[in-house]
Amino acid sequence: MKGKSATLDVSGLPPGAFGYRSLMWWGTMGMILIESTVFGLSIAAYFYFRSRSLTWPPSNVVPPALRWGTLNTFVLLASAIPNELAKRAAERIDLRATRLWLVVCLAFGVAFNVVRGMEFTALNTMWTTDAYGSIVWLLLGLHTTHIITDVLDTAVLTVLMFVGPVEELRFVDVSENSLYWYFVVFAWLPVYGVIYWAPRLM
Amino acid sequence: MRDPKPDHELPPALDGPDLDAMLARTWADPRGFGGWFAHVDHKSIGRRYITTAFIFFLLGGLLAAVMRLQLARPDNHIVGPDLYNEIFTTHGTTMMFLFAVPMMQALGIYLVPLMVGARAIAFPRLVAFSYWLYLAGGIFLFVSFLLNAGPDTGWFAYAPLTELAYTPTKRADVWAQLITFTEVSGLAVAVSIITTAFKMRAPGMSLNRVPIFVWAQVVISFMVIFAMPTIALASTALILDRLVNTHFFDPTRSGDALLWQHLFWFFGHPEVYIIFIPATGLVATIVTTFSRRPMFGYLPIVLSLVSTAFLGFGLWVHHMFATGLPELGESFFTAASIMIAIPTGTQIFCWIATLWSGRVTIATPLQWVLGFFVIFIIGGMTGVMVASVPLDSQLHDTFFIVAHLHYVLIGGAVFPLFGAFYYYFPKITGRMLDPRLGSLSFWLFFTGFNLTFFPMHVLGLWGMPRRIYTYSAATGWGTLNLVASLGAVLLAAGVITFIVDAIVGLRAGAPATDNPWNAGTLEWATSSPPPAFNFAHPPTVRGRDPLWDNHPDQPVVVGLRSDVRDVLVTHVLDAEPDHRLEFPEPSPWPFWTAIATTGLFIWSIFTPWGVVYGAIPVFIAMVGWFWPKRPGETGTQAWPIRHRTLPKPHEAPGAVAAR
Repeated sequence: MKGKSATLDVSGLPPGAFGYRSLMWWGTMGMILIESTVFGLSIAAYFYFRSRSLTWPPSNVVPPALRWGTLNTFVLLASAIPNELAKRAAERIDLRATRLWLVVCLAFGVAFNVVRGMEFTALNTMWTTDAYGSIVWLLLGLHTTHIITDVLDTAVLTVLMFVGPVEELRFVDVSENSLYWYFVVFAWLPVYGVIYWAPRLM
Repeated sequence: MRDPKPDHELPPALDGPDLDAMLARTWADPRGFGGWFAHVDHKSIGRRYITTAFIFFLLGGLLAAVMRLQLARPDNHIVGPDLYNEIFTTHGTTMMFLFAVPMMQALGIYLVPLMVGARAIAFPRLVAFSYWLYLAGGIFLFVSFLLNAGPDTGWFAYAPLTELAYTPTKRADVWAQLITFTEVSGLAVAVSIITTAFKMRAPGMSLNRVPIFVWAQVVISFMVIFAMPTIALASTALILDRLVNTHFFDPTRSGDALLWQHLFWFFGHPEVYIIFIPATGLVATIVTTFSRRPMFGYLPIVLSLVSTAFLGFGLWVHHMFATGLPELGESFFTAASIMIAIPTGTQIFCWIATLWSGRVTIATPLQWVLGFFVIFIIGGMTGVMVASVPLDSQLHDTFFIVAHLHYVLIGGAVFPLFGAFYYYFPKITGRMLDPRLGSLSFWLFFTGFNLTFFPMHVLGLWGMPRRIYTYSAATGWGTLNLVASLGAVLLAAGVITFIVDAIVGLRAGAPATDNPWNAGTLEWATSSPPPAFNFAHPPTVRGRDPLWDNHPDQPVVVGLRSDVRDVLVTHVLDAEPDHRLEFPEPSPWPFWTAIATTGLFIWSIFTPWGVVYGAIPVFIAMVGWFWPKRPGETGTQAWPIRHRTLPKPHEAPGAVAAR
């Protein structure tokens, strides 16, 4: 092992990489797998309760009103655009564009958190009512935790990109942050389907 | 290919002692009391994890000793029923959540980076955070126990017993929140280990050359990722039921108590394999070394580990046969439960074939592994028995189950673990253990174990229920219980012998060479104990046992910077060099984040607002954690952004020069 003559010189390698080549991507994917499991199990619990109940929702509860949840679905999906642009700007190491699109993302983030507040008023059930109410609030609460933390960590990253110190690896962080943002957006679709449409269609 | 580097980026052309001294400065954890909370070296964290988990093993063992004392004779009243409930619950909870899983992950933290030839573990601060959170959780459980608030509803905490109506004290909340502590820390370690094993392997270590122990760690890390969220969700739902009147497990409001059992065992059965699979990795490692030949059937063994992991998620209902599920479901889960004997059997036959065709030296580590064979096979056979519904319905909640689970868990995990203690003690401490004391410890433990737990099979068949605090003389269970209790004395003597051996070894053991067992894997390619940077020149490999089959002139990696914590990142499949990455400096913020998280968890037992207000310090601590230091503040140099780029996934990597 100590042979002095044979070496593999890696000094020419770049000091970082984007996407699945970076460690941050793997860390973020780990988080996404963990949280997808939580979403999946919560949805499974929803249908487990449904299988145990003669009527659904039980006790003649009106399903959640569609307006705010549907609006928020569009807001969340639209936020994918500035998110993709922030990701691409970061991968070009374009600081100005990265700042711009992160700020736009944050504006969307504030918007979907506000609409989320309205969603809670339109669920037509309380968590204390019965297991149906409990699981609906849990599902919406779970996703709300994600949009709050996603906006907070994006905010920290945005401030960092403005006040520095900024080095290349921070752009990898922005790129992986956008991956997580996608997860939060797309995790909403099944949750939306379950909360708003399962009691209507099934 | 790239811009010329500024001077400060050029790796100083050092070699030999100069290089070692420079690397030692760069990679050193801070000294002193304050520095102690900022360690990020995976070996330092790993040693703490191993020591802490061992202390919890001793505490759990003390609780078991009290139970054996209580059950030694009929109509005993050393402890009352209430305290007895707390004791067996805290014993089970400690052994599962504070000893077995953390100990297995701790070995992964210490060994995986060394085995794959890396200088560090991925996300070192996350691993440090995980340790502090785990420690806080353990202290929380035992302080609660001392305050008479220890959990008392069994280690699986079935609803509705744990619901507010039946457990109005905080005991069930303590259990539920301990789960949150240990699951968060376990998940953090899992992500770090997967990333390390997939992205930081030595050049040449393609996936089909990864050491079996590392495979085992990867497999259980994935299991942790899919199993532990289940229990975290279940315990959160339980706390919500108790704190804010949700009705998840409350049948009077369309909730369902059986949902708890489904969620718990969807986690709980994989949990058994999360403990067992790394142990089989240890067995494979020890068997290979002491047979002096490469493992027979590497591929079937790795495939067995993976298929065990998949099957492990399809077995949970066999813990629920007594709940009256539909017959078809029960048959399905019986079949799945019996099927899991196939991959386990495959592994056992491969180990036997390796031993059979090797040149075997019986050293202490192998002694423990041979003990494992005997005990685990008995535990496996009683497992096939209770996989059948009619027998399980008879034996459910009797001491037969207690016997079975201890044969599986102590046989399957603790024996390989003690083998690993003897095997890795020289690497971790730089000192050898005394083989005579090791052998004595083994025989005391082995004899004591069988005396303690074998009679429990019989007691269970006679109908003695588990979790009773005493029994009357008329049952006729007294003699066998006394035998079991005497066996526990021998078992304890075995553990004490090991501790004596370890203390003597630490003080006066013979100095260990780099590779005292002539093993083949990379953790033995560095000094004992390894330096903070693991390898001055990270190795390259061309086989499964690099120290056995590397070319005499096998290249080593050069060109990593020695003035910052530079590591080599490689590709997932074939471990070709991809990029270099500067790792973070030591930091106290993971510690503060763990403290803040502990505050949140404990606060939320008392009021839901604890989650809201408790999140503020967690957020502040996390910002402190993630905020990069200014250039020059620590010697870390930021790259000024000029026209630099980093490669994207599909772009070609930079140049690697082989000379």
